[in-house]
Amino acid sequence: MSGQWMLPAFDLHALLVAPWTEQRETFGWVGVMGFCVAASCGLLGNYLLLRRMALMGDAVSHSVLPGLVIAFLVSGGRDTGAMFLGALASGLGATLIIDFLQARTPLKQDAAIGIVFSALFAIGVLLTVVFAGQIDLDPDCVLNGELLFVALEPPVHWGAWTLAPPAVLRMAGVLALVVGVIAIGYRILLVSSFDPGIARAAGVRVGTVRLGLMLLLSLVVVSAFEAVGAVLVVAMLILPGATATLLTDRLPRLHLLAVLHAALSVWWGVGLAVWLDCSLAPAIVVMGAVLFALAWLFAPRGGLIAQGLRRARVLS
Amino acid sequence: MNAPTASPVPPPVVEIHDLTVAYRRKPVLWGVDLTIGPGKLVGIIGPNGAGKSTLIKACMGLVPTQGGWVRFWGRPFGEVGSRVGYVPQRETVDWDFPVSVMDVVLMGRYGRIGLFRRPSRADREAARACLEQVELLPYADRQISNLSGGQQQRVFLARALAQEAEVYFMDEPFAGVDAATEASIVSVLRTLRDRGCTLFVVHHDLPTARQYFDHLLLLNLNVVAFGPTAEVFTAELLQRTYGGRLTLLSEVAQALGAQGGPR
Ligand SMILES: Nc1ncnc2c1ncn2[C@@H]1O[C@H](COP(=O)(O)OP(=O)(O)OP(=O)(O)O)[C@@H](O)[C@H]1O
Ligand SMILES: [Mg+2]
Repeated sequence: MSGQWMLPAFDLHALLVAPWTEQRETFGWVGVMGFCVAASCGLLGNYLLLRRMALMGDAVSHSVLPGLVIAFLVSGGRDTGAMFLGALASGLGATLIIDFLQARTPLKQDAAIGIVFSALFAIGVLLTVVFAGQIDLDPDCVLNGELLFVALEPPVHWGAWTLAPPAVLRMAGVLALVVGVIAIGYRILLVSSFDPGIARAAGVRVGTVRLGLMLLLSLVVVSAFEAVGAVLVVAMLILPGATATLLTDRLPRLHLLAVLHAALSVWWGVGLAVWLDCSLAPAIVVMGAVLFALAWLFAPRGGLIAQGLRRARVLS
Repeated sequence: MNAPTASPVPPPVVEIHDLTVAYRRKPVLWGVDLTIGPGKLVGIIGPNGAGKSTLIKACMGLVPTQGGWVRFWGRPFGEVGSRVGYVPQRETVDWDFPVSVMDVVLMGRYGRIGLFRRPSRADREAARACLEQVELLPYADRQISNLSGGQQQRVFLARALAQEAEVYFMDEPFAGVDAATEASIVSVLRTLRDRGCTLFVVHHDLPTARQYFDHLLLLNLNVVAFGPTAEVFTAELLQRTYGGRLTLLSEVAQALGAQGGPR
């Protein structure tokens, strides 16, 4: 009996191995792209979590729409470079407006974020309606993205070499930038996230660091969202760091675990997407959340099971 | 012809001139003036909300000021680098932050070694010596939330020591520490002063303030009094510091309203 509600057959080899061997044509670059997105988001997200500004990513990702529309109108077409700059500018602009509201009004950060990103997104929607004749941009597309498109792009050639598809190259570049900034500016980011006063005493320009971080965030989010969409990019920013926080209390290990989380959630996420025949980004995020739940259960020190055992031992 | 560089009088270590800070039109500090030389241990005294923390933050360039200036050795904060140290009020930092005690103390060395360089073995040794001085060496590898309040306060002190600054601003370093720890912190502060450092220390306990500090800054929105402890620690001045807050505030609010007020 094959009812409509039956789950497809579950075959570990087909889900976890085959995508990377027999079906490498389809999933190879998708996997690399997914990993680059998840790892750059996760690494940067660690700092957002430490600074209690996790929702800044949300603000940036929803604020890119007006920038995209304006870039489309100005450049007269889907020119990737112009679109990218437009999105980047409106993402960064959103963070600046939020900072300004926070500093100059009694509003707290959460309220400032709520106002700015919803207003900018609404402006973007209005613009798409007003200029409907001249542009074919779909707000839905901005919200959802599609990772599988990456596999359809022809790879870039460089001399005799066949490199990756352009989106993958871009995202790998962004990941390299994020890793480089963290490696070189490790101590600056650490001390300015810990306490601005102590950072000032160490000679750090706290405001410049914050601005740089917002610029990097805009860059990551804008590069990522064509693949995973504005909604899921937030999950990618928060889940790896949140999971890692349950497992360690040292920053270097936090970074390593965030990258591991990124790799595992892409691996399992692709499996889930193959199994359910659904779209990739949500599957990756679901697996990221599953990993978070597993860490919450099994964390050696603060996990639910460890806590239960400890309580049982104390009582007996 | 006398060139200004030949002047035998060096600029004061810290000079604050007509400093005014307001949070959204509400004045918190008003016309603060102060000049001090090297090797002084200064207590900052005043009621809750007097602007003590705000004064320190303004000196460190952490809050925007509406007027006046602060100079160290005649230069603005941005030019003196890590010669000015800071110990924040303990509640202001997130103690769950994923760093060890050693990591925090090493932050004190950043200004010295340059922000892009890894701390060397010598820096680690210096940090260990500072931890030793505040009796925290056994805790060096702990994450900072696994410490008592008094131990956390001493971590900050060790970080400040590791910086080897010449001017220190300390916001309530004695908050929540026991008598023995308080005594050992005081002796550390005195050692620093004897080496020629100038320290500003926010303190809430009046009787001990008189013993600990050679200068006192009585602060309540503006400087009520500033000078050697013996001259300033009088019933009348303390009464003015702690008693007259309401009238003082309304006077200044009026003055601000009359001239359009700071933004
Ligand atoms: N970020 C802020 N925004 C608005 N008002 C503030 C802010 N920080 C401090 N204030 C106000 O400024 C005044 C002075 O605060 P400050 O923290 O300097 O006082 P304090 O002397 O350090 O007090 P305490 O003894 O309680 O530490 C208070 O009335 C406080 O409400
Ligand atoms: Mg205070």
